[in-house]
Amino acid sequence: MPPEQDKISRDASSTTVPFYNDPKKRSILFQIATLLMVGLLAFYLISNTLTNLDKQSIATGLGFLQKESAFEIGESPIPYSAADTYGRALVVGFLNTLIVSFIGIIITIILGTLIGIARLSSNWLISKLAAVYIEVFQDIPVLLQLFFWYAFFYNILPSPRQALNPIMGVFLSNRGLVFTVPEAHSVHKYMAIALVVAGVVIYFLRRWSRQRQARTGQSFPVFRVSLALVIGLPLLTWAVGGAPTAMNVPALKGFNFVGGTNISPEFTALLLGLILYTAAYVAEVVRAGIQSVSKGQTEAAMSLGLKPGLVLNLVILPQALRVIIPPLTSQMLNLTKNSSLAVAIGYPDFVSVAGTTINQTGQAIEGVALMMVVYLTLSLLTSAFMNWYNKKTALVER
Amino acid sequence: MKRLSFVFAMIAVFALIGSASAGTLDDVKAKGFVQAGVNGDLFGFGKPDEKGVWRGLDVDTARAIAVAVFNDPDKVKFTPLTAKTRFTALQSGEIDVLTRNCTQTLGRDTALGLDFCQVNYYDGQGFLVTKKLGVKSAKELEGASVCVLPGTTTELNVADYFRANGMKMKPVVIENTAELAKAFFAGRCDCLTSDASQLAGTRAVAPNPKDYMILPEIISKEPLAPVVRHGDNQWKDIVNYSVLAMINAEELGITSKNIDDMLKSKDPKIMRFLGVTEGNGKALGLDEKFAYNIIKKIGNYGEVFERNVGVNTPLGIERGLNALWTDGGLMYSPPFK
Amino acid sequence: MVEKDIKQKKEEVKPPVASKGAVGWIRANLFNNWFNSILTIITLYALWKTAPPFFRWAVVDSLWFSTGEACRGAEGACWSVIPANIRFIIFGFFPYESQWRPLLAMILLVVLLFYSRDRKHWKKSLAYAWVAGLVIMGLLMKGGLLGLAPVESTQWGGLPLTLLLSVFGLTAAYPLGVVLALGRQSQMPAVKSLCIIYIEMIRGVPLITLLFMSSIVFPLFLPEGVTVNVILRAQVAIIMFTAAYIAEVVRGGLQGMSKGQFEAAESMGLNYYQTMRLVILPQALKIVIPPTVSQLISALKDTSLVVIIALYDLLKTTQSTLSDPTWMAYSSEAYIFVALIYFFCCYFMSSYSRRLEKELDTGL
Repeated sequence: MPPEQDKISRDASSTTVPFYNDPKKRSILFQIATLLMVGLLAFYLISNTLTNLDKQSIATGLGFLQKESAFEIGESPIPYSAADTYGRALVVGFLNTLIVSFIGIIITIILGTLIGIARLSSNWLISKLAAVYIEVFQDIPVLLQLFFWYAFFYNILPSPRQALNPIMGVFLSNRGLVFTVPEAHSVHKYMAIALVVAGVVIYFLRRWSRQRQARTGQSFPVFRVSLALVIGLPLLTWAVGGAPTAMNVPALKGFNFVGGTNISPEFTALLLGLILYTAAYVAEVVRAGIQSVSKGQTEAAMSLGLKPGLVLNLVILPQALRVIIPPLTSQMLNLTKNSSLAVAIGYPDFVSVAGTTINQTGQAIEGVALMMVVYLTLSLLTSAFMNWYNKKTALVER
Repeated sequence: MKRLSFVFAMIAVFALIGSASAGTLDDVKAKGFVQAGVNGDLFGFGKPDEKGVWRGLDVDTARAIAVAVFNDPDKVKFTPLTAKTRFTALQSGEIDVLTRNCTQTLGRDTALGLDFCQVNYYDGQGFLVTKKLGVKSAKELEGASVCVLPGTTTELNVADYFRANGMKMKPVVIENTAELAKAFFAGRCDCLTSDASQLAGTRAVAPNPKDYMILPEIISKEPLAPVVRHGDNQWKDIVNYSVLAMINAEELGITSKNIDDMLKSKDPKIMRFLGVTEGNGKALGLDEKFAYNIIKKIGNYGEVFERNVGVNTPLGIERGLNALWTDGGLMYSPPFK
Repeated sequence: MVEKDIKQKKEEVKPPVASKGAVGWIRANLFNNWFNSILTIITLYALWKTAPPFFRWAVVDSLWFSTGEACRGAEGACWSVIPANIRFIIFGFFPYESQWRPLLAMILLVVLLFYSRDRKHWKKSLAYAWVAGLVIMGLLMKGGLLGLAPVESTQWGGLPLTLLLSVFGLTAAYPLGVVLALGRQSQMPAVKSLCIIYIEMIRGVPLITLLFMSSIVFPLFLPEGVTVNVILRAQVAIIMFTAAYIAEVVRGGLQGMSKGQFEAAESMGLNYYQTMRLVILPQALKIVIPPTVSQLISALKDTSLVVIIALYDLLKTTQSTLSDPTWMAYSSEAYIFVALIYFFCCYFMSSYSRRLEKELDTGL
């Protein structure tokens, strides 16, 4: 449509056409009506709720976060006791959720990739086993799997007094895995800082080496240097800090092991259940990703004289990742959300702690709202990060 | 086609939406049954058997209320509830009475808009341990892993007890009673804490009950009572006197077996109780024979107790605190006059 | 016949034994290089170590129709827990004498599903058959007509409840999901942002929080005295949850439509609703049938979460059976049984979805 004509027709519509036949005005009207309906519904529900809360004299607000919780939590990454507040209890639950999701996601990606590759293996046995694994674990509800693994754990492992002791300082019993850790020392903090520094240095090193390779064609042994940095820097800090060697060795005292670090069977069962379930999906994602790269790409890369490792690294993976990352993101989110099923097998994650809080305070609305906000934030953060990463790896159209 | 299915959907939705108004008794009479909230997983108190028929002490209490109103123990419907959902279900009017081993506390009685009725079981929290541990008292449980149900007074009591005695504990909190017991038998925890009635039941189902013992300490008071909404006094009276009728019958020596002989009794107390002398039923807004019906169809408190949790059941619980006051217990009924 | 003879005559030189037959197959598929050989040997060893003991436990030493007491000393699996409690596990609280009704309803559902597998049967009459089937199923479950005793929805449990929550959940979520997907693609900013907020919010939280919402918060939203059946509340939560995922699936289909389709419809003078109903949706929804079946699988698995709010679905009835003193020790057997039921339902659907994907792929 030429611009003049467009103008004429618009003028015409504004003068002759009644407002309900004008798409623009009609759309505004429709939107106002929709918003009004949603608003009215919200108002109705909120006013009902307020009346009900008032009538039943149920407390409102987040004031309970400051009150003493009076219940214990089985495992906590930060110091916590029944004398602490509900707020702190919820933080403990949140950290527990983060821990299990983070570790779960990392192991799931590794395991899922392995199984996805196994599914494509030329070895018939391996390929079929991978197929069976994928089918079985995808088709059974994750909650049922969690129940099963938890029962499995406490049923086969012995009690602490007969704990298995495969290597010195490591004990395996139905109370979990207990192992020796170094005695707390101030130098550990600096070692952690050194590790972060190493990470930053590696990041810049990689950039520099890539640029150099693009410029001059010379490659730089990034991997070996990185490894040396990751191990060397903290080790150096440790040596400078006086090289403390005191160890915190777990010992059976009373009923349980005292000292060392403990990984509980609840945590292990939850982690295992989530990993095995999600890895089946990730395997399918990875398989689809690899299959999406046409064979010609491999052949072309080989004919350029690249080594198999480089073919995978420089040609196959960058292309496969583009296909893999979006569905992989949603699987990672699923794992995080499924970690809320911890409540069924006794791992004190956020939903479990919030559930107890709801019971003790009677403030269901605040409790459920907190659950939703926490998971929503986690989900949005993860997808934001993955979108950023996805954009980075996406094909640059010419 | 679409419109038709929409109409069907709306009808279905409205069929499933109930609405309550006026007094609970009128509502109950109007819909023709009592809706009771029960436990669902608790052997001896509220649990369906293998045919899906509800059994237990709390279930019988709810049936007694149904008999008081309708003279029919089957005019009651059961809603299984979790610790989390139970009070909301009552507050919202989804159920008429909550008979789900709920501990009466000041906080719950006041802050939740609820009223607790006559206690139908006096309980207290204790510890179950394996004999292998060699523990003789709860005071020796320093550093123990404790299996506990979440979101209950139990969880708070045990934390309080360990704090008061300057001991440390590691709770293992599992939502489901059966899962919790299994974890304990497998040795996941050193002790299991719960109301004493449940400990007896848990011990009874152990692979080898003789390997387990209940420690002497009872660390809390747990009066378990039916709960109704605050502010409906008539309904509260009916629930109260349905429970009390069973206790009173035991005091008077009336059982479901001898009740028809008792009708001929000339004892004015018994005549008033069974409605031979009229007045009690009218005062409550019920049939004059409500007490007779309850005892005839459900039994007196002793019978109900023995049938569900007594020594001849897998739970094997002694009467203890739940014996009549004349036998050194706490069960005591005001006179029915 | 003749052709074959000719062919055989042509192949006079036989390939070496090592590349043909069983030996050849094994060499090509299991031992084609050193790495695969090692993998094969390790896998075979692991299977040898695990499979026979499992077989002994599950089959050889197992008990099938004994009492609970007889199981106590048994070495193998005690499958007796299943037959002894099967009717409660499958049907929950449904009145004992009337349990043929949910059984019949489920058989009807399975028959309908099997019949609908074939795309040749996808006609209008099939839609009527489904409507009629659903009405009959509802009648069988609910009763109250034709001399069937009425059964309260609160008494529904076990497998029928699981199927009801998932099948009905998906059916009701579907139109809602389509509307949400269209809303998300809409030109109107208010509608678009509302839909985006809804979809992203629901997809960002676990189903269990929605179920908590429906079971403990929702009753407070209603005016005093009005109550909604707990199964219906859970059903609504599942519908709201599934709808957000369906919306994303449908959006995928809409985005797969070429712009030319929209422009063509517009140039024909069709308005928005006609464009969507007659041109875009029929094509877009066809593309997304396989992912929709995947959603049904997810919905079926997700319904197991209603355990946490004490609805007696298949998993909860099983757990309830396991809280009985007699059967408490045999959770593995019971869980394996339930897992098999879920597995077969999901496997049926996922293999169907794959087949359909192939069929539709060649069609387009």
